[in-house]
Amino acid sequence: MNAPNSSGWRPEMTSGEAGLAPTSSGDRALALEEALIFELAAPGTTGVDFDHEDEGPMPELAGILRPSPPALPGLSEPEAVRHYTRLSRQNYAIDLGPFPLGSCTMKHNPRLNEKVARMPGFADIHPLQPVETVPGALAVINQLAHWLIALTGMHGVAMTPKAGAHGELCGILCIKAALEARGDPRGVILVPESAHGTNPATAGFAGFAVENIPATADGRVDLAALTARLGPDIAGVMITNPNTCGLFERDMKAICDAVHGAGGYVYCDGANFNAIVGKVRPGDLGIDAMHINLHKTFSTPHGGGGPGSGPVVLSEALSPFGPIPFTARYEDGSIRLIEEEDAGAEHPQTIGRMAAFHGQMGMFTRALTYILSHGADGLRQVAEDAVLNANYVLRSLDDVLEAPFGGAGPCMHEALFSDAGMANGFSTLDIAKGLIDEGFHPMTVYFPLVVHGAMLVEPTETESKAGLDRFIASLRHVVERARAGDATLKSAPHFAPRRRLDETLAARRPRLVWRGDAEAV
Amino acid sequence: MRYLPLTQDDRTAMLATIGAASVDELFADVPVGLLLAGPVAGLPGHASEMAVERHMAALAGHNMPAGGVPFFLGAGAYRHHVPASVDHLIQRGEFLTAYTPYQPEIAQGTLQVLFEFQTQVARLLGTEIANASMYDGSTACWEAIAMAGRITKRRHAVLSGGLHPHYVATAECMARFTGDTLHTALPVLTPEADDAALIAAIDAETACVVVQYPDILGRIPDIAALTKAAQAHGALLIAVVTDPVALGMLAAPGELGADIVVGEGQSIGVGLQFGGPYLGLFGCREKFVRQMPGRLCGETVDADGRRGFVLTLSTREQHIRREKATSNICTNSGLCALAFSIHMSLLGGAGLARLARRCHARARAVATRLARIPGVSILNHAYASEFTVLLPGDARAAVRHMAKAQVLGGVSLGRLYPQASNLHNALLVCAHEGVSDDDIEALATALEGALA
Repeated sequence: MNAPNSSGWRPEMTSGEAGLAPTSSGDRALALEEALIFELAAPGTTGVDFDHEDEGPMPELAGILRPSPPALPGLSEPEAVRHYTRLSRQNYAIDLGPFPLGSCTMKHNPRLNEKVARMPGFADIHPLQPVETVPGALAVINQLAHWLIALTGMHGVAMTPKAGAHGELCGILCIKAALEARGDPRGVILVPESAHGTNPATAGFAGFAVENIPATADGRVDLAALTARLGPDIAGVMITNPNTCGLFERDMKAICDAVHGAGGYVYCDGANFNAIVGKVRPGDLGIDAMHINLHKTFSTPHGGGGPGSGPVVLSEALSPFGPIPFTARYEDGSIRLIEEEDAGAEHPQTIGRMAAFHGQMGMFTRALTYILSHGADGLRQVAEDAVLNANYVLRSLDDVLEAPFGGAGPCMHEALFSDAGMANGFSTLDIAKGLIDEGFHPMTVYFPLVVHGAMLVEPTETESKAGLDRFIASLRHVVERARAGDATLKSAPHFAPRRRLDETLAARRPRLVWRGDAEAV
Repeated sequence: MRYLPLTQDDRTAMLATIGAASVDELFADVPVGLLLAGPVAGLPGHASEMAVERHMAALAGHNMPAGGVPFFLGAGAYRHHVPASVDHLIQRGEFLTAYTPYQPEIAQGTLQVLFEFQTQVARLLGTEIANASMYDGSTACWEAIAMAGRITKRRHAVLSGGLHPHYVATAECMARFTGDTLHTALPVLTPEADDAALIAAIDAETACVVVQYPDILGRIPDIAALTKAAQAHGALLIAVVTDPVALGMLAAPGELGADIVVGEGQSIGVGLQFGGPYLGLFGCREKFVRQMPGRLCGETVDADGRRGFVLTLSTREQHIRREKATSNICTNSGLCALAFSIHMSLLGGAGLARLARRCHARARAVATRLARIPGVSILNHAYASEFTVLLPGDARAAVRHMAKAQVLGGVSLGRLYPQASNLHNALLVCAHEGVSDDDIEALATALEGALA
């Protein structure tokens, strides 16, 4: 297995040290290449044994059966374990080092969370079992809901949204329902220029027109411009706080008061809640809805792009419209699951159901485990250390990198830099790729859009000072190369499993499935 | 605090570098009165790993795990044996603790897995292409409806009565706000799927016809005939598969003509987990690619000409197109897609076919036994591994009674359709490959007890 093949993986292309011939395998010691499963597997192989011989299908199925098994490759267990283990080694991950993607909160994922989520009482229960057989599951949802409400100072929480963007959708639909309920349809949502792309996408998906609101010179929402635009057509605003420039929106309370005064609602993007958890309660600022990415602030693993979980805390004004199902705790301590059957009596104004079943239970168990481990005091320390680490990065590099808002004071949990001062032709992309060669995952680049060549560094609280010092030294080194015009930086990374990939080719001639050697690039 | 590496000395030194006297100076932008003076009141403090594990284990202990009892539930979430290597491999930190692959040079592991996943899903569903996963089957179903609206420029979807009621409810929730209209129906307790009623509801305004295969009652609609009827009116046929294991045996919807095929991928590689996280499967015709929601991974080459993979066609997506994006989806179900892909690689086409036939054979054994109980009959003419049982009384009561006897005996239609009392005597029963003869006898005995 894992032999060279003719389908586009070309061992002779392997870049070797000067004067050394490429290896015959295409691998270089522990730098291992790996073919596709479709190139590795023999037809008919399976890595799963069955206890019994199967019988033929019932005669009534004649005519709707497959003529032959699906054309899917099969691997024996040793082949499969090796394939995926080899592939895993081509990934960077938090377990290998800092992953300072701004707005992504890549913190350590505690392994107790994984252990708990795999307890049979959580991992092996069906969503439609009689509720009498799952009181522990309902208690997990209810306890987590209680923590989220208390930490945010809000009135209620919708637990079912499946990720941050799904939570945004939930909040925006609740706003739409609240406006409908009072007979006041409004068609416009205001979004700052610096917002995550999901904000306008969500508002657009829910049928709202989206208008941008400008930022002030110090990187915050322009309260005067916002207030001037408020009126009877404005359904609400979507504001990220702390915002995507890594700054606390000082005027948040005034913004909320102004929007409420004009009959609108305030949606807060809670992607950056890690900066303020235990320090500030968003409910005290006057917001109406905020999603919480359990896969950011509360450490559930990102898994290479999900699954996420995006519970939405709601104000008293929006809580009646939250989705079903949810858990309700009664005075006698009993917890009930409110589904369609009881919604009419218990929750008549609900927007309805946003997805099948009861939410991302596997994320709830992990997040609750994380929260109980930290407690109220530990969560407060999380925010403080996250903010401390980001400011340490900011002040350790602001002599070589322009910090567009750094002069005005501290940042929150992420440090924002621009690409000012690089040699002609050198950009943020080159710095990111140079960091890869240094052994680090780059920061978020070219976001937020309001800063030229933005670099947004979110170290999180789970980086040690020594680890940060190493990261800072490497970033400084790469920036100095970019300032000096070091041409080798333009072709970085040189030491990663792949050099820069041709994204234009991928988009121009999309190859989304493997169709054999005939289609090799 | 075991997860926080900074020492007090570190904090002091770092504050000195920053030039701040205290951490609270870093929170100076928070207006006075809004910064909490101490931990949020009324919540407990930090706890040891041992104490937290004990607390969570006690909660887990209050639930009845499927593996401990005879178990026959399906209805959109399925229990299959997942090989031990699957869970081991997805817990490798390089997969578990990586982010969405925005830096492809150091994310080829995730990206190659997604490319393999897309290929597996397309082949399984019988579609030309597939995406890198959605949240789950129900949200994938709505996204397919929205996509059909963009393609046909029509805003009316016709949903089969055999579509999972949670999927219908999800679409209703969204359509209420987007301005789309939906034709919906309750299932009718007939031995065959309600294809005729569905075809009768298609007209020139129809953007898409949505049909579940097999349907919520375990019946198998005629995808080819429905596709023909839909396409005759310029509408798209969306097939929904809630248990892809069945496709080890049944013809693939895409090969039968469906334009878009979506599904719930949980039954391969992902455990029950009380309903989530799962993963949505999404496949369609290649010509629709620029209207697709969600992440797509594509093959390309690097600067040295070596094959590599990247996220591609992102001009459809929210971070580029903002309010004009095809969907607001950002995070999807990467780790669940990995689990699906590993399990599928272990099964292969041959193993999947055997698994499907094994589940089917067990289902037939269950049906045969239950049909011997006086007053009990089987609705379906044909089924894969799940079918509908008609009882002489309320199935919800029977399910509760069986649970007290330590048997998880099925999903009552009363739980799924509380508003439709004419369905309340029906019980969905699903068999998996691990169902033993003793389990079947325990089910029959418990049901007899419940009906007595």
